[in-house]
Amino acid sequence: MADAPLSPLLSPLLSLTGVHTHIEHYHILQGVDFAVPKGELTMLLGRNGAGKTTALRTILGLWRASSGSIRFEGRELTPLDTPAIAALGIAYVPESMGIFAGLTVRENLLLAARSGPLSEERLEWIFRFFPPMKKFWELPAGNLSGGQKQMLAISRAVVEPRKLVLIDEPTKGLAPAIIHNLVEALGELKRTGTTILMVEQNFHAARSLGDSVAVMDAGRIVHTGRMANLAADEALQTRLLGLSLEAHQ
Amino acid sequence: MIETILSGDRPRSRVLGVLLVALLAGLALAPFLFPGTRPLDVAAKVCVFVLLVASYDLLLGYTGIVSFAHTMFFGIGGYGVAIALSRMEPGWGAVALGTAAALTVALALSFVIGLFSLRVKAIFFAMITLAVASFFAILASQLSGLTGGEDGLTFKVPEALRARSTAYYFVFTVSLALFLALLRVVNSPFGRVLLAIRENDFRAEALGYRTVIYRTLANCLGAVVAALAGVLYALWLRYTGPNTTLDFAIMIDLLLMVVIGGMGTMYGAAIGAAIFVVAQTYLQEAMKALSGALKGVPLLPELFHPDRWLLWLGVLFVLSVYYFPRGIVGQLRAKGS
Amino acid sequence: MKSVDWKPPLLALAVLLGALLLVQNPSTWLTLTLAGLAMGLLIFLMASGLTLVFGLMDVMNFAHGLFITIGAYVAASTMRFFAGPAESESLLANLGAIVPAVLASITVAGLLGLFFERVIVRPVYGQHLKQILITTGGMIVAEQLILALWGPEQMALERPRELRGAFIVGEMAIEKYRLAAVVVGLAVFAAMLLLLNRTRIGLLIRAGVENREMVEAMGYRIRRLFVAVFVAGSALAGLGGALWGLYERNFTVQVGAHMMVLIFIVIIIGGLGSVGGCFAGSLLVGLVANYVGYLSPKVALGSNILLMVLVLLWRPQGLYPMSKQ
Repeated sequence: MADAPLSPLLSPLLSLTGVHTHIEHYHILQGVDFAVPKGELTMLLGRNGAGKTTALRTILGLWRASSGSIRFEGRELTPLDTPAIAALGIAYVPESMGIFAGLTVRENLLLAARSGPLSEERLEWIFRFFPPMKKFWELPAGNLSGGQKQMLAISRAVVEPRKLVLIDEPTKGLAPAIIHNLVEALGELKRTGTTILMVEQNFHAARSLGDSVAVMDAGRIVHTGRMANLAADEALQTRLLGLSLEAHQ
Repeated sequence: MIETILSGDRPRSRVLGVLLVALLAGLALAPFLFPGTRPLDVAAKVCVFVLLVASYDLLLGYTGIVSFAHTMFFGIGGYGVAIALSRMEPGWGAVALGTAAALTVALALSFVIGLFSLRVKAIFFAMITLAVASFFAILASQLSGLTGGEDGLTFKVPEALRARSTAYYFVFTVSLALFLALLRVVNSPFGRVLLAIRENDFRAEALGYRTVIYRTLANCLGAVVAALAGVLYALWLRYTGPNTTLDFAIMIDLLLMVVIGGMGTMYGAAIGAAIFVVAQTYLQEAMKALSGALKGVPLLPELFHPDRWLLWLGVLFVLSVYYFPRGIVGQLRAKGS
Repeated sequence: MKSVDWKPPLLALAVLLGALLLVQNPSTWLTLTLAGLAMGLLIFLMASGLTLVFGLMDVMNFAHGLFITIGAYVAASTMRFFAGPAESESLLANLGAIVPAVLASITVAGLLGLFFERVIVRPVYGQHLKQILITTGGMIVAEQLILALWGPEQMALERPRELRGAFIVGEMAIEKYRLAAVVVGLAVFAAMLLLLNRTRIGLLIRAGVENREMVEAMGYRIRRLFVAVFVAGSALAGLGGALWGLYERNFTVQVGAHMMVLIFIVIIIGGLGSVGGCFAGSLLVGLVANYVGYLSPKVALGSNILLMVLVLLWRPQGLYPMSKQ
């Protein structure tokens, strides 16, 4: 249920319509409908097991949608394979971060920069927000701490201009100081005009970053709207998520 | 009555039922139907290999484990009884002792291999069994004082088994009994858990079945039955050697038999073994004739040379894995029920 | 610089020194060591492709020995063609015989690899059970075809004249061919390291071995890379087979299958997917086979299996395990 119609100025970059995903015998996504407006950060919230990660993976083609439509800039994504979808300008930061531990930080970033050499400008940006990247430049990424790995994962996603970045629970298990750092970086990223779809459980991060929000439950979207409205309505929060976002740490 | 003997696992196909009855009759009446040494040899070999392949089907078809060490257990059985009979008085005491020793070794070895390797991926397990089997084969040929080395061991059998017909019926009865026992095992709750594990081991584990334990048990059971098959074969041939038991070619033959016959069916083992052993003996003559007829044509005589019969079986094997993964038995069951 | 795990090389050093103590005679030890290194490097050539293919695409080709066998057979047939230059006293002419033979082996093995990947392996990606069965079946068929084409007799492969015999240095005899094998092996290893560490393709391979899905999520078509790695691995195995045939001077159709047991031991010891581990494992296996072969021939064949068990007890994932996601 939407609480405010999508402004005609904010056209959806990505829209899912009636998406179902089956994994073996399990029917995980049961008709997902929502849109990600361009240039905004959309939060995907929901209880554990609601299907948020599955939704991201289905968008990226890592899991095949069994029915429904996923449109990105007007193109239908469902028949494409993962490399083709990524090549359209979609970056992915999985929950497990997907860092190549045997490769150095430099090599990780080099790999992520598909179109060529690393841009000095982008690297400056990355070093500014994530100083450890510079410090560990030639060292194997496996040596990094959890928080540093997450920094690398996000750096990889932004080392080149992207149209859409999918991020899955970036603040999970990280110390508050690092979370603060990440939130700042993501805020800055938003300001550059990159569209972001983010799954997040940390309320502070969600509220400070989210422009629009979609809430999932049991494989379906049960609410869409503006983050500001949801953050102001504790009763709604409790109804949708079982408890207020405040307690959702 | 039939239901109980077959443990509820009926052929479920008229053609298959007929084939199995014919096979059973042929084997049961072999000394009378096929006079002469060679046919009886073939019949005895069929009995032993039906049992051996059935024990392999327990692993491959029912539990989903590919092991290249199965012939090792076959050899352990054979060598166990051979060593006992060549060193002691050739009587039933020696047979009992040899068999007991062989079963103990087989059980211990399969247990260790199972625990060590079944925690890892299937591919890892296959490679390790290959290495272990090679090691054992080397050991057998090197410890010639004990095993007779490359030449193997010839020995006398107990008085009662000296007559060929009696020996044959001994092999036949024990093989049949053990085959029916295996049928009982795979149709029991234990067998159903094995099938569940083969389908999806994660789900089985999630449902509370410790897959490592079940796989190890299946591995041990398969090994023990293979060892018993080895004992029977040794008693029939009155000989055990690396080439009758440990040769990698035999391991390959087992794979062919179980896949072509039909994995996970038990009856597939029977059909596969019967076809294979009979073909091995008689088909080669047909190929010799064909090869002779093709003389002068480039390459074809070599392709149909009797020594190349494994080529065609290999092709049949590859096609089976792709197109008929349920083997002959599976195909028959699908066609008519 | 990247931190390197020094324990495995220390193990190799221990093996070398231990052998020296047991063998006692330094010139014998040197001969054995050279033989061990040569054998180890040739095994590395044959095994490296298999471990990368497994690490990258989770495919275990049990028919890999086939490429080794065909390499040996093709080399033998080609050398027969160039028998004249092979017998010449000019090293250059000798090279003119051996180089075409080796190139032929590499090409045929590579093409066979291409065929194998497309026809036999591709339909069974991700299905380990079927992979084992199909590749074993493919090996049986191919082996029989080789027997049909070349006949069942043992094949002889003689080294070119200038590569026979040994350099005599004081008390020691250094076999010329073994030295050549070591040089070629090291050159290929160096080239491989360069490719893996200095090129984008190498980067993709290393990343793909760790986390194939993530590489695809970054927009790379890793399937195409896999075919290239498979073919390269087969070609290398062919090279190894040719050089091994020259090393042993005769072989049968079983040569590939026999090497497979050693190769499996090597890649298990080294860590599935790890080229560095494969290198270390190959050298260890080669050295152990030669030292033990000298000290106690009866135990020799089984000694490498014992080595595998010991290494696995120390490091169950292999000497240099790949960190897999």
